[in-house]
Amino acid sequence: MEILMSIVVGVLFMTATYLMLSKSLLRIIVGTGLLSHGAHLLILTMGGLKRGAAPLLGENAESYTDPLPQALILTAIVISFGVTAFFLVLAYRAYKELGTDNIEQMRGTESNE
Amino acid sequence: MNNLIILPILIPFLAAAILIFLPKKIMAQRWISALGSVATIVVALFLVQKVHTNGIQSLNISSWEAPFGITLVSDMFSALLILTTSIVSFTCLIYSFKSIGKERENHYYYPVFNFLIVGVNGAFSTGDIFNLFVFFEVMLMSSYVLLVLGGTKIQLRESIKYLLVNVISSALFVITVAYLYSIVGTLNMAHISARVSEIGQPAILSVIAVLFLIVFGLKGAIFPLYFWMPGSYNAPPIPVLALFGALLTKVGVYSITRTYTLFFYHDAGFTHVLLQVLAILTIIIGVIGAIAYWDVKKIIIYNIIVAVGVILFGISVMNIDAFTGSIYYLIHDMIIKAALFLLVGIAIAITGTSNLRNMSGLIKRYPGLGWTYFIAALALAGIPPLSGFIGKVLIVQGGFAGESYLGAAVVLISSLLVLFSVMKIFINGFWGDDQNYANEDKAPVKWLLISPVILVILSAVYGIGTEAILPYISQAAETLADPSLYIDAVLKE
Repeated sequence: MEILMSIVVGVLFMTATYLMLSKSLLRIIVGTGLLSHGAHLLILTMGGLKRGAAPLLGENAESYTDPLPQALILTAIVISFGVTAFFLVLAYRAYKELGTDNIEQMRGTESNE
Repeated sequence: MNNLIILPILIPFLAAAILIFLPKKIMAQRWISALGSVATIVVALFLVQKVHTNGIQSLNISSWEAPFGITLVSDMFSALLILTTSIVSFTCLIYSFKSIGKERENHYYYPVFNFLIVGVNGAFSTGDIFNLFVFFEVMLMSSYVLLVLGGTKIQLRESIKYLLVNVISSALFVITVAYLYSIVGTLNMAHISARVSEIGQPAILSVIAVLFLIVFGLKGAIFPLYFWMPGSYNAPPIPVLALFGALLTKVGVYSITRTYTLFFYHDAGFTHVLLQVLAILTIIIGVIGAIAYWDVKKIIIYNIIVAVGVILFGISVMNIDAFTGSIYYLIHDMIIKAALFLLVGIAIAITGTSNLRNMSGLIKRYPGLGWTYFIAALALAGIPPLSGFIGKVLIVQGGFAGESYLGAAVVLISSLLVLFSVMKIFINGFWGDDQNYANEDKAPVKWLLISPVILVILSAVYGIGTEAILPYISQAAETLADPSLYIDAVLKE
């Protein structure tokens, strides 16, 4: 199971890298979304995918799944959610101000613009 | 157990939370931020003294025993960095009062400023690797907002790049923590260190060490991961730039130091040689940029890269002299970089340009500004009575002792070129013909000069009072050189 998940995560990273190297800003943001999906699935996989009850003590099971990676993922999800929301608004604002969503046209280093 | 450790995080956090409720009351914003900042400095002083007399302090949050809960740890290294952070942020804050402008102040500038300090202080004092990630995000999120606040075209453009780079490096950080967790099965830094030394760092852990170097190298701008920095740091207003230049990259440097001295010191032949090569290349890239540009901001920005390289070279050598030198240099660099950015900012406020070719003769009308800049430039290069000297001497001495002659030579030659780059600003901008500048009268030079003067005086005191400060620094270096001190303080209480 872990091997299958690793391959899936690898495909997600591959797609994310490909999208982030493209010119359109929206494709880049989709890429960051896929990257964070991959990272979160990787935490889950790396914590081990052994069978066990959901981490609720009311289940009275003999073994439970590891609760720590789940807490880490939950934290990472809300953080990347916040950052993605900010990034999308930034992209919207940049589109209105700069009039382009092509990252190639966002060049220039002059500070006095 | 000691609640003092959490106060440098809690005070700015509370200040920020209160400030959110009063966005339009600018005087209240200023006073509360300033009071919070002063309180943080006082607390940080107490913390340094406490660590000095009683050894490493640790605080298990909610009284969960060490490997299971989140532990905050304050050894001398992090206590000193928290103190420096508080001082630098205080000076940037009072500089902001007259330079940031009403529009930005009305739009939550001070709350975000305080959240940035929360993130930096938290990153310095945490003892848990995932908690470090969270504090990184607190810091980065605030830095995105500070970078884009105001919404000019250049800020929007550069924020997109900065944000994208940091989103990628944060994802890499999460991935690296996942790998590390699958191998050692713990997140507490002391416990990770103990387990890594039990299994003697097999190859997979060296791979993770390199991944950490990539993650923190992206935050700390080492070669070849510095590419985002010159553009992004060119965009924000001066007090924000000073804050970024003094603090953000140094958090990356701190994290590399922490992971490479606490976790991954068993296979130094591979990881530390890699770090050393990258550090030397970072210095070279930095000085090339510093001497190439005629833009005053760019020159100082590339000097940050040089300093990051020098500090990491000292860390990579792994002996006590070089550690002492690196810590000395790290603190010096945080202070003096903030001072230089603020001074350059005053020159830009007077002349209305950051192009060195368009400014000259400033010293005739602003002798205070000129001489403060001169002293700051000498301190940066490491001229003996000032603060940059002893750090570089110890790093070079450690480099020779560790038989890294090439690196030590690069550090020495880099000082010369750094001196050239900052003296270029002094000679071209401050000497020469007197000029009239259009918006000269609008610049509140007297007020703005307060902060850099405080920092330069501190830097001079720091250089002259080396004897008095050395016990603190060497205590910090001892902990870096001997990880068992850290582990014992956290796990066996």
